[in-house]
Amino acid sequence: MKKVVITQVTRARVVTWSIREAFYEPLMIIWMNRKSRIGLLILVFYLLMASIGPYLIPYDPKGNPLEIYQPPSLKHPLGTDYMGRDVLAQIVHGARDILLIAFFAASITVLVGAAVGITSGFVGGVTDVILVNFTRLLMTIPSLPLIIVLSAFLRVADPLSIAMILSVTAWTGLALAVRAQVLALKNEEYIEAARTLGLTKFHIIFREILPNIMSYVAINFLTSMVSAIYASSGLYFLGILPFTAVNWGVMLNQAWRIGGGAALANPMYAPKTLHYILAPIMAIIGLQVGLILLTFAIDEIFNPRLRTEYIKKLESPRGKKEPQKKERDQF
Amino acid sequence: MRWIIERLLLSLITIMGSLTLIFILIRLMPGNPIDYLISQLLYTQQMPVDAVMAYVKSYYGFLPNKPIHEQYIEYVCNMLRGDFGKSLLYLGTPVNSIIGHNLPWTLFLLSYSILISFILGISIGIFLAYKRGTKLDSAFTLGLTILNSVPSYIVALILVTVGIFTGIPYRGAYSVEPSFSLEFIANVFHHATLPMISYTLVTFSGWALAMRGSAITVLGSDYIVVAVARGLSKRRILTHYVGKTAILPLFTSLVISLGFMFGGAVFIETIFAYPGVGYFLSTAVAARDYPLIQGCFFVIVISVVLGTLLADIIYYRIDPRVRRGEI
Repeated sequence: MKKVVITQVTRARVVTWSIREAFYEPLMIIWMNRKSRIGLLILVFYLLMASIGPYLIPYDPKGNPLEIYQPPSLKHPLGTDYMGRDVLAQIVHGARDILLIAFFAASITVLVGAAVGITSGFVGGVTDVILVNFTRLLMTIPSLPLIIVLSAFLRVADPLSIAMILSVTAWTGLALAVRAQVLALKNEEYIEAARTLGLTKFHIIFREILPNIMSYVAINFLTSMVSAIYASSGLYFLGILPFTAVNWGVMLNQAWRIGGGAALANPMYAPKTLHYILAPIMAIIGLQVGLILLTFAIDEIFNPRLRTEYIKKLESPRGKKEPQKKERDQF
Repeated sequence: MRWIIERLLLSLITIMGSLTLIFILIRLMPGNPIDYLISQLLYTQQMPVDAVMAYVKSYYGFLPNKPIHEQYIEYVCNMLRGDFGKSLLYLGTPVNSIIGHNLPWTLFLLSYSILISFILGISIGIFLAYKRGTKLDSAFTLGLTILNSVPSYIVALILVTVGIFTGIPYRGAYSVEPSFSLEFIANVFHHATLPMISYTLVTFSGWALAMRGSAITVLGSDYIVVAVARGLSKRRILTHYVGKTAILPLFTSLVISLGFMFGGAVFIETIFAYPGVGYFLSTAVAARDYPLIQGCFFVIVISVVLGTLLADIIYYRIDPRVRRGEI
């Protein structure tokens, strides 16, 4: 009876502690850094746009021929396109696909990269030689042309398959970096201590090694999202991926082929079509900037040593505003 | 020596690997383009079997009714000989003559752009390293990090708009008859302006950030302190003592990026309709012109492999630690 109570108490404590560790502390760290706070706000904005936006702003694919190339107004906050469709609605409805592709691609990249890197570094021997050389081989093949060629042959349309093609070589850099880190960590004293204690390999990998490479993996996750957004919108823009109903890359393509190239050169249309090409451009750049800004807080969140110091500093009564000594090196 | 042989072997395997990949995609995947072509010719156009086989052989360079390993060997031999088959889009023009025409344009545009981007990047990088820790430095570093992630096609699209409004040419590589006259050369450079600026805007930030990091490491070393103690001028220290050393690791990246040039500007070349390898690759993909796709891709892979190999060899010559097998 007593034992059960104790385990329940400890379990409750573990739960509150892990909630604190998993959600409260990272959010606080992000919030205290001005750059990452802006990044988080941008990202939350995009997530809201992708999740509840489509219900708030309906999209009419037929358009209205009487409202072609309307400038921004109250009825159409971002104006209309060459068919009289609302540009804002297109942006909002296109957000879901691009976020899904970016998220899937980054997840695959990080999972494969970390798995290959850890296996290669931890197992060693012949496995290591084979994996490292295979990774180097893939690394030499230029990624963007390979992605273009692959998506030309394998006609894919759904976000998951697109993400798989995008991450076909993206994981290589992470794998080599993780391998180098694991090799360095393997000889650390605390890993040897864990081994002498007879802890399982599973424990050593997931509880001792992984936390130390987590910040690298997390930064890589965000940068992989950035490059997946770049590549997928680019493929849609070139018309290599099949056109979907609403997508920022397809919008860029349409604005360029129908609105941009032809209409911008025509003095009758010139200033009128600018909003149509600017809307997807701004949407893509905004998302990229948000992700990049968020990377500035990753080190403090995932590096265990930095994190404890940081939290201590934040929670100590005088720690909030420690006057920083300005150092200016003159060589 | 063993090191060089290893690298050569890896390059060879890379080339063979990408050739095999293309062969699998073109011939072995379910619903591959050759099967599709054959069935189309046989059933919808009612061509006799021999004629169909000859037709496929003339475009792709191997007979599709032989055993698969013989097809593969013939395919690899053709590719290594530089015979990439015939284009479907340009109605039977040999792919290697198309590539021969567009290769020089990419070579010209990209080496011009890479050089300017590199020089601009390292100057900004060394300046930021000198100003490290100041507000100017952190603002610039943030700006460069963001600029580094802006997609190239977006920069190119914005510059096309600039071209439309200012009258700087934004389509093609030249607009007068090709000749060895000053007028033609000026025209070519005029057409290369906007593509060059967009490539530079996209890539210089990467160079600047790398140079900043490299130069900051050098600035902390002892011999810089000694140079300061000797009373040398700041300018001399920055250029001769810091710059020269900090550029070394970037130099190998420069050679690698020269190798990546043919595949590095697909978006920019396409948007400016610049007749280079990247432009033809995207045109071929859009038109499903598979022989042209494989030709362009093969050229891109070869140049990357050569660039990487060259960078490795240069590194081997420069860094004595590699030569002694310490790394």
